[in-house]
Amino acid sequence: MIKSELVQIIATRNPHLFLRDVENIVSAIFDEITDALADGNRVELRGFGAFSVKNRPARTGRNPRTGDSVEVEEKWVPFFKTGKELRERLNAGK
Amino acid sequence: MGGKTLTRADLAEAVYRKVGLSRTESAELVEAVLDEICEAIVRGETVKLSSFATFHVRDKNERIGRNPKTGEEVPILPRRVMTFKASNVLKSRILRTHQNSKDKAAK
Repeated sequence: MIKSELVQIIATRNPHLFLRDVENIVSAIFDEITDALADGNRVELRGFGAFSVKNRPARTGRNPRTGDSVEVEEKWVPFFKTGKELRERLNAGK
Repeated sequence: MGGKTLTRADLAEAVYRKVGLSRTESAELVEAVLDEICEAIVRGETVKLSSFATFHVRDKNERIGRNPKTGEEVPILPRRVMTFKASNVLKSRILRTHQNSKDKAAK
């Protein structure tokens, strides 16, 4: 499923909304999550999962091909932990 | 810089602010969007949200795990897990703002 298909499904279920509104709604949700992570906040959505940012300290890495050491800078990466309910639903009926 | 935890209510507030629906309807639509994504994932579909991230479902085989406290071997049953892969847009946005705020703090 891609974003436009998601928009289409929501629009079909909500015939009183314009497609444009639904596009804006979906964008508003993911822009808000993006902004929160950029500001160093977490986003916790019960039943779905939690988005957060993890810090990766600077380290000395190696080029696996040549074996040369390279300095890797400190990084911040987005992280997602699947919520309990979704994890259980993924494995229901097994 | 940060430290807050946002919830569904904050997402609903953002929809209310930007789209101009009622607060109740904004909250319902946030729920509907999350539900559709969950449904697709549970069906085993990959969900691609361009410039945000991709959610993927992976099948894990059975393997032998160990209880780290007792050292006891326990089989970990085959299961399905969801993986999250952030888009380059999201990754570089996070990297940029965190680097900027660190540079500011150093001054």
